[in-house]
Amino acid sequence: MPYRLLRFGLSRKHPEPRMFRRHDALKPAYDVVIIGAGGHGLAAAYYLARDHGIRNVAVLEKGYLGGGNTGRNTTIIRSNYLTPEGVKFYDESVRLWQDLATDFDLNLFYSTRGHFTLAHTDAAMRTMRWRAEVNKHFGVRSEAVDAAFVRRALPMMDMSCGGHAPILGALFHEPGAIARHDAVAWGYGRGADRRGVEIHQQTEVTGIRVEGGRVVGVDTTRGAIATPRVLCAVAGFTPRILDMVGLKTPIYIHPLQAMVSEPVKPWLDPIIVSGSLHVYVSQTARGELVMGASLDPYELHQTRSTLDFVEGLSAHMLDLFPFLGEVKVNRQWAGLADMTPDFAPIMGTTPVEGFFLDAGWGTWGFKATPVCGKTMSHTVATGRNHPLIDGFTMHRFAQYQLTGEKGAASVGH
Amino acid sequence: MKILVCPLNGPRPVSEFAYGGEVRTMPDPDSCSDAEWSAYVFNRSGSPGVKYEWWCHLASGYWFIAQRDTLRDVVLATLPVEAVRAGLGAKTPRAEDPRA
Repeated sequence: MPYRLLRFGLSRKHPEPRMFRRHDALKPAYDVVIIGAGGHGLAAAYYLARDHGIRNVAVLEKGYLGGGNTGRNTTIIRSNYLTPEGVKFYDESVRLWQDLATDFDLNLFYSTRGHFTLAHTDAAMRTMRWRAEVNKHFGVRSEAVDAAFVRRALPMMDMSCGGHAPILGALFHEPGAIARHDAVAWGYGRGADRRGVEIHQQTEVTGIRVEGGRVVGVDTTRGAIATPRVLCAVAGFTPRILDMVGLKTPIYIHPLQAMVSEPVKPWLDPIIVSGSLHVYVSQTARGELVMGASLDPYELHQTRSTLDFVEGLSAHMLDLFPFLGEVKVNRQWAGLADMTPDFAPIMGTTPVEGFFLDAGWGTWGFKATPVCGKTMSHTVATGRNHPLIDGFTMHRFAQYQLTGEKGAASVGH
Repeated sequence: MKILVCPLNGPRPVSEFAYGGEVRTMPDPDSCSDAEWSAYVFNRSGSPGVKYEWWCHLASGYWFIAQRDTLRDVVLATLPVEAVRAGLGAKTPRAEDPRA
């Protein structure tokens, strides 16, 4: 064994710099406590420290960093939404994504592929034109394209989809991209840690102390902390945290499953989505096909996998790409999606002073990671909602002013 | 495959059923406040627990109530609507199917 390796192995102090520090104990008080060390929570911590100078921050994670939906999504980044609120918000996110690897000094494998949302019906074509016009109005590159354009871009695809769902056209969104999702969490985590933020894994929040309508502290499995501000960024666990502060929201939890094939030679450059077939698929840099479908059909707080899902999704994949018949599915998994009735998130201030929410991210949260961090750090630092999230506050329901984003959900849920 | 025991049709694969959401009590629209009404329209009990839920056997169009643990995905009982209307008292006998 080489001497250097032996010295490395026996060294008490790890000689390589780690991505973030490990802290043996919690401090008695922090300026901000962020619940959830996923992409959203760590991004908020990063921008709080970098842009707002708030560094006495603890990020509490009951599992491990990026182990929730940050590590379970299908990594698609796009901004071809339907409502003006949505398009502006996600477009800002796509802009932030493009500089992120430089910000972090970490390769995110950010890869702009182009994104096709296939239309199999006249009604779907109409929605594509609508989305394209809204997008163009806000300067987002999207256009409705015809079947000939799709065939030229994807000669390997069966344009008739097995004869039962012929492709009439698509919404083509040129900036559509994929990125390595773990690296996003690690990049934000390292950036926040270097600026003084403490990341505490294996630390579960068991209660939130509210006195006189204000947050005063957080109870955890490793002791109590005093803090005036708490940001909740826990995706599928949001209702359980909301119970601790006595807030009610429309959020309901359904599992969302995904699967990945064995690696094959690169053949699929763009990202393909079909709402009618309930499929979205892209090929990673390693050659695996990452595939997802619609939500599981009923409420469940468990990340179990089902055979129904693999069977259904595989059947639809074969409608599009019959030559994949011999390709094996390598893995499948599930995440807990916190769904809202209008398919838009619930963000910002709440009736409990000092308690901020970044939730309702259902099946569309990964692409929004940077802009959520930006806007939520602003909201937490100033106590006022960032203008970009005005359409996403929890007060919209009481006023029946929903932000109807369902038409732009990647598949019909 | 998961099996759900329909009170009318017996054990059937879960793919034959549609989930209809939690059983909830509607406030009186004539007397409740706007806040109560919008809370009823939108808010849900999102946390896991043992819940009474609407389910429909699609093939026969039969609606019934299931008592289900949404954390473990275990159906504890399935009941005809009448039994639930009668005050959730008369639970029809049905055990968790061992194959479920």
